[in-house]
Amino acid sequence: MTNWDRFVDSFFNARVAAEYFPKILEGFWLTIVLALCIIVTGLVAGLGLAVVRAFAIRPLNLLIIFVVDLFRALPPLVIIALLYFGLPAAGLSMDGFTCAWLALAAVLMAFSEEIFWAGITAVPKGQWEAARSTGLGFLQTLRHVVLPQALRMTIPPLTNRTIAITKGTALASVVAVPDILGAANAGVSFSFNPTPLTMGAAAYLVLFLPVVILGRWIETRFAWKR
Amino acid sequence: MAIVEATGIHKHFGALHVLKGVDLVVHEKELVFVIGPSGSGKSTLLRCLNRLEEPSGGSIIVDGVDMLSPRTDINKARQRIGMVFQSFNLYPHMTALGNVTLALRKVLKLGRAEAEERGQAALKRVHLEDRADHFPGQLSGGQQQRVAIARAIALEPRVMLFDEPTSALDPELVGGVLEAMRELRRDGMTMVVVSHEMAFAKAAADRVVFMADGMIVEQGTPAEVFGNPQHERTRAFIGQIDRH
Ligand SMILES: Nc1ncnc2c1ncn2[C@@H]1O[C@H](COP(=O)(O)OP(=O)(O)OP(=O)(O)O)[C@@H](O)[C@H]1O
Ligand SMILES: [Mg+2]
Repeated sequence: MTNWDRFVDSFFNARVAAEYFPKILEGFWLTIVLALCIIVTGLVAGLGLAVVRAFAIRPLNLLIIFVVDLFRALPPLVIIALLYFGLPAAGLSMDGFTCAWLALAAVLMAFSEEIFWAGITAVPKGQWEAARSTGLGFLQTLRHVVLPQALRMTIPPLTNRTIAITKGTALASVVAVPDILGAANAGVSFSFNPTPLTMGAAAYLVLFLPVVILGRWIETRFAWKR
Repeated sequence: MAIVEATGIHKHFGALHVLKGVDLVVHEKELVFVIGPSGSGKSTLLRCLNRLEEPSGGSIIVDGVDMLSPRTDINKARQRIGMVFQSFNLYPHMTALGNVTLALRKVLKLGRAEAEERGQAALKRVHLEDRADHFPGQLSGGQQQRVAIARAIALEPRVMLFDEPTSALDPELVGGVLEAMRELRRDGMTMVVVSHEMAFAKAAADRVVFMADGMIVEQGTPAEVFGNPQHERTRAFIGQIDRH
């Protein structure tokens, strides 16, 4: 066997690929589900916190800032490990999927809160005053005047941050979630051949390359116009 | 009948005493013109009238409603007080008609059709009915300010407050805005105008109020204040303006 043949046999082994394709495909769907759960809960919670922060209630805002800084400072894997390996000691155990979901959603919540908040504060004070002077209430002004402008500004940084955190779904494999990486790793240990990892990488590309390209498009689209 | 009755208004910004006991009464259909040097508190006074700024003391009655009472629904009270800002403050993400109808729909809770009908009528009053679908970014400064006027008058306020409505405009665009204000006045709107447009004041104001250092120094008809000012500070200010 030449080196080249050995290389192909290791990383592009057709027999192994065929055998583990269904598992990788299951992991692919699981990764998508996990990513969507993280994105939806993370962004909704982040926006919710930013809106609460707009009420400018001092103790509440200090709490929000503390929580946000906490989740921005902790490495996501540490949060996942704490939930998965730490909580059972406290008599509360969750499956790996839930742990990864909650941990990464909390991280996305923290980062997106900061981005939403920056957007809200970037809307000129005159917009608030004009709206309030016509009799609109605080929440009405936020909803109809301020947030539409703020969200527009936040789309490019939010897209990038969301992509970055969503890629962290691969961390779920550490806590026994059969996502793409989890399935690939399992395949490698059963077959003694790294081909499943090649397939895993391909699956991530198929999943994230379009998202990255979409993000680039959104970024240029919303960057100059305002 | 007095539409605005402000008595003994004080305003502090921290240690800064910006309004020092201002009394201002504006009668129905009256156009009161407020002048004074920069920093004298003209904007602050105007903003206290609709409570965009919280006065530190005094009383403000607008159209019979006690603006400072905790029992007053401030959002409801503000519907009767239109305000026009130096920087227009149009909502950039909405069309001209959208700007005008937002409060009609969300505050007065009118249906879309009725709100748009009233919005169109308001735009027509400032001669911009053909610009209803334009976004603020597609309008000139003068047109934007007229949309802002339409946004305020669409709510059929009892009084309109103007804070330097033409100061941000190129000179050739000032005329259109002043014309819109003159038409409003002709239709019987009660108005308080802070502005440096002295020619407009001479032609349209019922009364001119001169403020300095957070106090009303002198007031009277345009002829009195401009032609025969009683106080040294008024004389100095008017002399300065006339030289420009
Ligand atoms: N939000 C604020 N916080 C602190 N100080 C303020 C605030 N708003 C106004 N001031 C101060 O109050 C004083 C009066 O301001 P105001 O804007 O009412 O003056 P003005 O007569 O409208 O002046 P101009 O002709 O320049 O518009 C100024 O010294 C200003 O710096
Ligand atoms: Mg001012």
